[in-house]
Amino acid sequence: MLFMTFRIALRALGRNKLRSFLTMLGIIIGVGAVIAMVAIGEGAKERIREQIASLGTNVLIVLPGATTQGGVRTGSGGVRTLVDEDRRAMMEELPSVAFASPLSRRTDQVVAGNLNWSTVVYGVSPEYQHIRDWGIAAGRFINDVDTEAAAKVALIGQTVAERLFGADDPIEAVIRIKHIPFRVVGVLARKGQSSQGVDQDDSVYIPYTTMQKRIEHDTRVRTIMVSTVSADRVKEAEEQITALLRQRHRLGDRPDDFTIRNLADIADAASSSARVMAILLGAVASISLLVGGIGIMNIMLVSVTERTREIGIRMAVGARSKDIMLQFLVEAVVMAGTGGSIGILLGIGSSEILKAWAQWPTLISPPVVAVAFLFSGAVGVFFGFYPAKKASTLDPIEALRYE
Amino acid sequence: MSELIRVENVHKIYRMGDVEVPALRGVNVVIDRGEFVAIMGSSGSGKSTFMNILGCLDRPTSGRYFLEGEEVGALSHDEWAHIRNKRIGFVFQGFNLLSRTSALENVELPMMYYGFAGRQRHQRALEVLRLVGLGERVEHMPNQLSGGQQQRVAIARALVNRPSLILADEPTGNLDSATSAEIMRLFQRLNAEQEITIVLVTHELDIAQYALRRVVFRDGLIVSDDRSGPSPETTDAARGSRSLHSDEFTF
Repeated sequence: MLFMTFRIALRALGRNKLRSFLTMLGIIIGVGAVIAMVAIGEGAKERIREQIASLGTNVLIVLPGATTQGGVRTGSGGVRTLVDEDRRAMMEELPSVAFASPLSRRTDQVVAGNLNWSTVVYGVSPEYQHIRDWGIAAGRFINDVDTEAAAKVALIGQTVAERLFGADDPIEAVIRIKHIPFRVVGVLARKGQSSQGVDQDDSVYIPYTTMQKRIEHDTRVRTIMVSTVSADRVKEAEEQITALLRQRHRLGDRPDDFTIRNLADIADAASSSARVMAILLGAVASISLLVGGIGIMNIMLVSVTERTREIGIRMAVGARSKDIMLQFLVEAVVMAGTGGSIGILLGIGSSEILKAWAQWPTLISPPVVAVAFLFSGAVGVFFGFYPAKKASTLDPIEALRYE
Repeated sequence: MSELIRVENVHKIYRMGDVEVPALRGVNVVIDRGEFVAIMGSSGSGKSTFMNILGCLDRPTSGRYFLEGEEVGALSHDEWAHIRNKRIGFVFQGFNLLSRTSALENVELPMMYYGFAGRQRHQRALEVLRLVGLGERVEHMPNQLSGGQQQRVAIARALVNRPSLILADEPTGNLDSATSAEIMRLFQRLNAEQEITIVLVTHELDIAQYALRRVVFRDGLIVSDDRSGPSPETTDAARGSRSLHSDEFTF
């Protein structure tokens, strides 16, 4: 019986294809938009998750200066209260800390032969390699001998190698940073873009002691990058570092003169704002679904009025109230469901096009597709109910008389 | 039993706000199986109300209506729908076919609500369409058929579930006199050869003459009941036309 009703409904919809299609349009657009928005949101979340994984969820950054001093944010550039001994103390004394490296950075011109390239130069210690879990493509990383001697050695990223040396082997070549000659001792493996869109391979690494002595002429440390023994000990490490530094800096009652930032927190914040965005966009798209449903109800009401005579005929030949109700409900659900299916295809299609053409990451999630389909069916039932009820409660005598 | 319809002291009062309008004021009538009855009367006489009650579309205010021995006046709407589906066939003045639907599908409609399977429906629909002489036009849409042909499709639809009773409301009202005569002769043949009981409403005496019995309504009551049979002209014409041979179909 249900199958029969289905066929009757399909035939009724087919009688006026244009009207059926226009009615479905609201649902098509609504569902398509929801699918596409969620795909974009999921894609962004996934990208960020990948970046967190590549950066390490167990990484902390310690900065000099507090986040607020007297209510005013001082920033980390002005005050220099961290020293290298703080760093060594962290590694030696704190059980939750695995590695710690100083980290200072500056943008500089790097010259090789007659080529130059503007890049970022970082001053680091050998621990940096373990914190970043960054492999070597050629040569070696900076070692303790280099840092002891403040040697003029450098490690270059893939982009810098390509730009300055092309296909040639850069090992043992000389590059100049601020007119100081550095010997290239290694090339880093490819890392790609960070979650902020920065090219991580466009970088040069030198011993931090060299950076301090020869380039910055300052022995204080800009930031300390710390990796913990495991990701679930990050909170513990934060507490231990705080206690250690307060003791070493003899702070007593004064507030912290340093700040600890948790990279995972930053990534989470970015990820949750992406999620909020996706939810907002999804909500807007859902509203359009609602409007689509109202459109269906509207057209169905018109349809019921137009087909009053037909309903009377059906009742006269034996249709019960529930048969008429079911017929119109099925019509509404079929319209909504068909619109939903087309919308799903449209949503998937447009997010794939976006992925290929604009290079945006998108991820179709099957549960969302299923929910969208069921939801459009539910919209059909909900908004089709009132017209169907109206149709089923018509008086056959009146209906047959209807002009 | 030979009684098909028994109506006992049926009243119908319509309430419009404070005003009560009595449409039927105590109607008593018995119609046997195989009868061919014409109901006549001017508008407001109660004949339409009477037909609505006979067709299980309306409930009497008081009194009883028996169809095939069963009191149906007090049944539920769903039970009425079943009776309309299986035991009564309707034919209307305006044909009331579904537009943009083929003759075959129109005839199949009552069977859809009875739950017949596709092939069964198909075969039966073809059968009745042949019975009414439209075997060649089963795929035509109503707008491709003449008035007389549309009415034949409607009659076929009315017959498809093998009802005991056909109720026709001014079936020739929208047809010219030649076509009207054809349709009335079809009714006569169905009545005579298939023993289908036919109750027909008309305001035209010529049409009423085809019936075997004429019941006249006035002011909500039956005022005359004439069983003098069809008039000679109608039966001469009927004898002249081809009758339906029993080996061509099974009703």
